[in-house]
Amino acid sequence: MGVGVAGAVKTGARGGRWTRDDWDDGPLGRWERVFDGVRTYRMIAAMWIRSTMAYRASFVMTTLGNFAATGLDFLAIVLMFSQIDRLGGYSLPEIAFLYGLSAIAFGTADLVVGSMDRLGRRVRDGTLDTLLVRPAPVLAQVAADRFALRRLGRITQGLMVLGYALLALDDVHWTVLKVLLVPVMVLSGGAIFCAVFVGGAAFQFVARDASEVQNAFTYGGATLLQYPPGLFAQDLVRGVTFVFPLAFVNWLPALYVLGRPYPLDLPEWVAFLPPLVAAGCCALAGLAWRAGLRSYRSTGS
Amino acid sequence: MRARLLRFGPDALGKAGVVGSGRLYAAVAAGGFRRYATYRAATLAGVFTNTVFGVILAYTYIALWDERPHLGGYDQSQALTYVWLGQALLTTMCVMGTGFEEELIERIRTGDIAIDLYRPADLQLWWLAQDLGRALFQLLGRGLIPFVLGAWLFDLSLPASPLTWLAFLVAVALGVLVSYSFRFLVALAAFWLMDGAGITQMAWLAGVFCSGMVLPLNVFPGVLGEVVRALPWAALIQAPADVLMGEADLLGTFAFQAGWAVALLGAGRLLQVVATRRVVVQGG
Amino acid sequence: MDSHSHSHSQVDGSFDESHDSFSNNSFNESFIELDGVEKVFDVRKKTGFMRSERREVRAVDSISFRVARGEMVGYIGPNGAGKSTTIKMLTGILTPSGGRLRVAGIDPSRERTRLARRIGVVFGQRTTLWWDLPLIDSYKLMHRMYRIPDARYRENLDRCVELLELADLLDVPVRQLSLGQRMRGDIAAALLHDPEVLYLDEPTIGLDVISKARVREFLRDLNAERGTTVLLTTHDLQDIEQLCSRVMVIDHGRLMYDGPLTGLHEVGDSERTLVVDLERELPPVEVPSARVVRVEGPRQWLAFPASESAAPLVARIAAEYPLVDLSVREPDIEAVIAKMLHSMRDTPKPPPEQAERSGRAAS
Repeated sequence: MGVGVAGAVKTGARGGRWTRDDWDDGPLGRWERVFDGVRTYRMIAAMWIRSTMAYRASFVMTTLGNFAATGLDFLAIVLMFSQIDRLGGYSLPEIAFLYGLSAIAFGTADLVVGSMDRLGRRVRDGTLDTLLVRPAPVLAQVAADRFALRRLGRITQGLMVLGYALLALDDVHWTVLKVLLVPVMVLSGGAIFCAVFVGGAAFQFVARDASEVQNAFTYGGATLLQYPPGLFAQDLVRGVTFVFPLAFVNWLPALYVLGRPYPLDLPEWVAFLPPLVAAGCCALAGLAWRAGLRSYRSTGS
Repeated sequence: MRARLLRFGPDALGKAGVVGSGRLYAAVAAGGFRRYATYRAATLAGVFTNTVFGVILAYTYIALWDERPHLGGYDQSQALTYVWLGQALLTTMCVMGTGFEEELIERIRTGDIAIDLYRPADLQLWWLAQDLGRALFQLLGRGLIPFVLGAWLFDLSLPASPLTWLAFLVAVALGVLVSYSFRFLVALAAFWLMDGAGITQMAWLAGVFCSGMVLPLNVFPGVLGEVVRALPWAALIQAPADVLMGEADLLGTFAFQAGWAVALLGAGRLLQVVATRRVVVQGG
Repeated sequence: MDSHSHSHSQVDGSFDESHDSFSNNSFNESFIELDGVEKVFDVRKKTGFMRSERREVRAVDSISFRVARGEMVGYIGPNGAGKSTTIKMLTGILTPSGGRLRVAGIDPSRERTRLARRIGVVFGQRTTLWWDLPLIDSYKLMHRMYRIPDARYRENLDRCVELLELADLLDVPVRQLSLGQRMRGDIAAALLHDPEVLYLDEPTIGLDVISKARVREFLRDLNAERGTTVLLTTHDLQDIEQLCSRVMVIDHGRLMYDGPLTGLHEVGDSERTLVVDLERELPPVEVPSARVVRVEGPRQWLAFPASESAAPLVARIAAEYPLVDLSVREPDIEAVIAKMLHSMRDTPKPPPEQAERSGRAAS
């Protein structure tokens, strides 16, 4: 990964009138790079927020629209429950619990790195190059691209559904562990979805027209997780548990909270794996991103 | 994907003035078809995504119909057929937008529309031809494969009679017409609105909810169900699906679709006249 | 490899004298160094449904050159010749397939971010400014992103604002700026962090005459006062004439010429055109050193060598003919290059290798 070099080695003066040794640092260490990335992200996201505010009315409208659009999925579930009492053995509050967690986790990832599905477009029109000549991590620049607060709409909607679920769930025996598991789930789930977005963007370096494939895993994954795993074929559940570990976003930990049986006879402790799975996914996505960027830099447009 | 599509606006029309207008619009439709056919990777990606969504929805519908067999008058295999028809027709009917309307709104916003209005070709017919070409491509390119895959993975209820399939295609064609005429209205609204973002979003919401993409319209309860089944969006997916599964009175369904098509096309024509006058008064 | 360097040294060799005059004082301090740099792409071409042909394209084929600190160099060539590929390798966007490349002692592809602080890039048709925000906001972002010390930022900004006449534009949203204003804004954005080298891709494309003049004047000043090295690609021969002491011509990924512009004209034998409007229809003007190429009523077109001044020619015509109006048309850069490349192909030398080596592969 080539970042092992200890950071902040000052390079000597190099002729010329405009030396800037006071602020030109040498290669950065790993943590400095992370810090630099976060700093870059904040700066660019702030610029986008201010750009959006140039059209305030449009911002309000699109935020409301985002809220309503993401709510359609829950409306569908409510409509289903106007005809039935249980779906796959689950009550409406139980499904709302799954739904809320999925929506918040996905909404967070969508807010933070959701624009990365535009990477293929940036590669095609050549604007990625303008990011590569800046002294800031490309990943942070691409992730912050078109940062849009209107995406809070989905998170808000998810929070409302989760709130309803928590109020309406009456046969859950809350323990400290279960209470703690809820925020852990949301954060790890968000991180897992972030990894999916980053991995998908890395794929777009290779297949630049195929941004829609990503939707199957992001939007498709979020939809899948809204329903209990028991509804789906065993092979599908196996796939999203062991191969593409979306099951750790909410299914496994949420089933623990709800006191429901696990799919695939998994042991109980898998409910506490989400942080580890999230870390693994992020590491893999980071590697994929590096590989993708390297391939772009060797093949060009 | 859109950014890469060539501008295929009415500019290409100037030299075609001598050609008979029927042939002209056929050429425009062929252009619309080709334009979408160019992006093979994007089409493949779309097919994949439609299939994934089809699978997810199919399992939720199985659970739903397990609870309530014969919900909305469908048995389970009809419900599954509905899921896969929905995925097949989603892009054909432009339920989620991203058809010609974005481009038309952009032309209105930039004022290029003034040029279009002075051209010998009719604005509404031009874009209709283009949209029919697009719809045909997306039916074949994006609709067919997910549907076949769905039929292979799940037990669908498909008719044996070729006549039913023919009737289905007629219903699809009428549905495309309704879809087009609605989106034409949406696009023309850009003459009066600052930017088209708000109205396209509303159209998107209404389209997804009222077309039966989230749930078949005949499952919608009570008055809500009666209302959505009477709205034009019922012509997009619900109507062709019912025709295919033999759940509809053919003539009644066609009349419903054609009625909305005529009404919306007429409204579009009216709006176009008013808009043209407005452009002429403002001098473009 | 051998044949490449061979043919290349010949190109260099034939213009040794002119080359030396501007580079000998700084040859030890070559700021940009390329030694046999190559870039090979695999290009897939569709040949039918689900079938494609894979070809290896040498976008840059063993290019070597050195640019001294403070030089201003024009980098020209037909479209697709490898100009932008070279610039992308120099800025670290692309990794070379072979050869050695150094900018300010840094290997661009390995230390892209470190290099980024020391270079400025202006992509002619792609603005890096924030479309919906006032111009000044883009500069503030540069200030923070490049970690420019406050005093230095202020000083550089003031200078750019003054010289590029941006004072009234700072609070205007970028989307409301004209093309020329935006280009000036982009150039300023690329200079706030005191880059040692500035890469400009078509800096005057689409600009009106006044904007072009302003941009050129600014670049000249920048180079003279700060010693900023400038490398620019352009289609406008006047950019080169007014700015660059040195021109490099690239074709099919190979360096075909490296030397002063005058040499290019000599090599290419290119001509400028003097368009004269006379009082009335007259027989073709007869002057030495120019020939009439076209007559249309009272207007006549005279071609004369591009390397010569138009002044004596104009003086002579004005003295001998009833002159109403006149204008000088510059030779088209593509025409100059085409002519040059043509004349170089005619002179016997090791034949340039195929720029593309193709192999078929089904996929």
